[in-house]
Amino acid sequence: MATAYDQVIIGGGHNGLTCAAYLARAGRKVLVLEARHVLGGAAVTEEVFPGFKYSVCSYVVSLLRPEIIRELELTRHGLELIPLECSFSPYPDGSSLVRWPDQEQTRREIARFSRRDAETYPLFGDAMMRLARFVRPILEMSPPDAVDPGLGDLLDLLKLGRSFRHLDPVDRLRKIQMFTMSAVDFLDRWFESDALKAPMAVSGIIGTFLGVRSPGTAYVLLHHYMGEIDGASRSWGFARGGTGAVSCAIADAARRFGAEIRTEAPVARIDVRNGSARTVVLEDGTEISARQIVSAVDPRRTFFGMVGREHLDPDFATSIDRFKYRGSSGKVNLALDRLPNFTSRPGDGPHLRGDIAIAPSIDALELAYDEAKYGRWSSRPYLNVVIPSVVDPSIAPPGKHVMSIFVQYAPYQIEGGPESWPQHREAFGDTVVETLEEYCPGLSDSILHRQVLTPWDLEQEFGLTEGNIFHGELSLEQLFFLRPTAGWARYKTPVKDLWMCASGTHPGGGVMGAPGRNAARALLKAGG
Amino acid sequence: MPIPTPLHDRTAPLCTSLQWKDWAGFHAVCRYGSHLEAEYHAIRQSAGLLDLSPLTKIAVAGRDAAAFLSFVTSRDIHRLRPARVRYVAICDEAGKLVDDGTVMNLGDGSYRLTAASPIWRWIDRFSAGFDVSLVDESDSIASLAIQGPRSRAILEQAVGDEIPLRYFQLATMSLDGIPVEISRTGYTGDLGYELWCKAEHSTALWDRLMEAGKPHRLLPVGLDALDIVRIEAGFVLQGIDYYSAPTCLIESRKSSPFEAGIGFAVDLDRDSFVGSEALEREKRMPARWKLVGLELSLPDIEELYASVGLPPALPIEACRTSRPVHLRGRQVGYITSSTFSPILKSAIALATVEGSAGEPGTHLEVEFTIEHVHHQIPATVVERPFFDPPRKRS
Repeated sequence: MATAYDQVIIGGGHNGLTCAAYLARAGRKVLVLEARHVLGGAAVTEEVFPGFKYSVCSYVVSLLRPEIIRELELTRHGLELIPLECSFSPYPDGSSLVRWPDQEQTRREIARFSRRDAETYPLFGDAMMRLARFVRPILEMSPPDAVDPGLGDLLDLLKLGRSFRHLDPVDRLRKIQMFTMSAVDFLDRWFESDALKAPMAVSGIIGTFLGVRSPGTAYVLLHHYMGEIDGASRSWGFARGGTGAVSCAIADAARRFGAEIRTEAPVARIDVRNGSARTVVLEDGTEISARQIVSAVDPRRTFFGMVGREHLDPDFATSIDRFKYRGSSGKVNLALDRLPNFTSRPGDGPHLRGDIAIAPSIDALELAYDEAKYGRWSSRPYLNVVIPSVVDPSIAPPGKHVMSIFVQYAPYQIEGGPESWPQHREAFGDTVVETLEEYCPGLSDSILHRQVLTPWDLEQEFGLTEGNIFHGELSLEQLFFLRPTAGWARYKTPVKDLWMCASGTHPGGGVMGAPGRNAARALLKAGG
Repeated sequence: MPIPTPLHDRTAPLCTSLQWKDWAGFHAVCRYGSHLEAEYHAIRQSAGLLDLSPLTKIAVAGRDAAAFLSFVTSRDIHRLRPARVRYVAICDEAGKLVDDGTVMNLGDGSYRLTAASPIWRWIDRFSAGFDVSLVDESDSIASLAIQGPRSRAILEQAVGDEIPLRYFQLATMSLDGIPVEISRTGYTGDLGYELWCKAEHSTALWDRLMEAGKPHRLLPVGLDALDIVRIEAGFVLQGIDYYSAPTCLIESRKSSPFEAGIGFAVDLDRDSFVGSEALEREKRMPARWKLVGLELSLPDIEELYASVGLPPALPIEACRTSRPVHLRGRQVGYITSSTFSPILKSAIALATVEGSAGEPGTHLEVEFTIEHVHHQIPATVVERPFFDPPRKRS
């Protein structure tokens, strides 16, 4: 038997590393095992094409908790975040809308579509801020068990109930609406212009297999405003050097606290003996023991891939079975010879310094979903495009650029089965480029290299079950005390000494780090 | 009324925010666009181009040029080798600061003195007995700064050659036929250069740099972003962090270089110079005042805002409001410059505190007003600079 550790963490993604850093900071002897040759999991930078550094999967740092940046001193470990300046939406008719940080500038932009919406927009922002304030503390807590509450859970629930009561009655109603309505229905209550609503509605569907008119999608709109309440310390932006820089900074912090990190160390299984998980077995047969095992891979891979159904209570196994992944997105990364020139807003102005949404209308978005429901990728998908090299020249040669395109919908369950994805990969890539080409003619001619990732690739290469970028859908029935399943939302699992610390747990996906930090704190509190 | 700088034809159309300020009688851009952070991040991530033409520039020539500059500044300029630059303080006879700036040895026996504000008359008073000529070139020489991690690559592209300048080195080069002095200096604490040329050549130089900078995402940057980065770099600003002695109506407003945190720029083991007696005396005594870096506790600020139900409103903009600093309830000093540092994600400040309260690690309290109510929030004395990337000197 190899050296014993206090904790072994399976998976060197940003959450696994965050958890390791907090445990090591508390004096624990920690080992992180990463299967790939690079750290970061889906928060990774790779030089896939010489001179161009792709944020291969995750492309913006959304909501990385400011307290993590502070407590792990990530800036001292090289983390630099550059905010996204604006949101640009070009439309097929040659018009366009940019939402700027400057309120008046945004008002003038929206007024070209609707004067009423222009005046409503800041009020909407204020209302969302008030609601987000209610949600934010939830991110930092271990979810109380609402299904079978103990005394502590009841106290936590009471606290939540009280803060809900502190909202004024109008906001309380809005909150209830957000939990039950679709993004479009909710936005319809505020705005009349499709051009404004379409790019706003898409924040409700990212990472889910739902459409903008599906109930429950309104709630996710709120997450968009979560960054705002962090004020100046907000972290919605690009990491200098690509998203992998976040993982590298966290890894450096973890190492400084004494954590040991190994790459190319894939775990074959978690050995359960006498009902307790204290040993991991690597694919090369090496056994490593620890007081606790912490899994930073998703619930299905943890329990069925590594633990084994035979060690699980059948009801628990069923609930993990039913935890939905349903990956719905793909990713296309491009190396560009020059900046794209959008017909609706020519030139290389500041509109390229934020994110670009190809969301032509609510109907177009719903149509894109319709195709996915029946096992086809959208012929005109929703695209979220960023060109990080515009603000971070360190990731591309001078004058050249990196374009990252998030594509929804690309259903994992495609006609012919998920394993047929590789034969459609390039056709899917063509669809994406053709869609974008409609808004910036000449784009294809500027492409030096193209990387296409289908949901199948995300699963095979990055271990994201069914290609779900959030380790399980971020839909209401899979959030908070239900993530991954009722009764087991506090990072502990029914397998003794096995814990979870990644996006499959509360508060879910995104380069947030909150699950990793919460899990470490819960584990330490439990005497780990 | 301020007048345009030689680069006004270039800066004015770009300054869509129409936000200008008066700097030494010139129109200077505060910020070009509405999004200050873009300009800030240009300096820290790519590069920024700044029009610093309002700087005071004095050509110092003649047999006694070095001796004269050694007399009117805090540095022994005899030791400044050709093609080198040195940061200097300028003091009055009582050793109190008048201004700070740089002296460049242009290599042909002549020097250039730069300072933040007009200083020609002040130093000219001491020229009697020196074989020296002093020409105020503030209007005839334009100054551009190119600062940020990409500045070297851009400059090399513009010059068409390597720029082997080390930190605080200087070279005369030709850029498309324009004679330019390039110094590896700046006010940003980052990799960067300052360029000096005849005013009539300055727009051509600007165009050349903007063109070469395009693939590197060079952005024009105004003084507001400069104010944030100079605080991160720990640099003091005359008129804000200390007052120029001749303008002070009361003695307590004056500061010595030691008190203003630039004592390192005082060479004492040499012939007497303006203020040297007082400075020598002061150096032997424990410092009464000390300029320090403070890091304000962000969690406490956020908690205070949360307690009144507001998101933490820390604008990304430097603040020049003086704020009292306390040690266990007793006021021991004051903050002169403060800012939220986007790159460090922390609230930082330059403060003048009693010498005994200035040791790094000392816990102090800073006055902080939220919703019209005064609070005290914890702050810690930290080493300056707050941000010091290796590329600054590499």
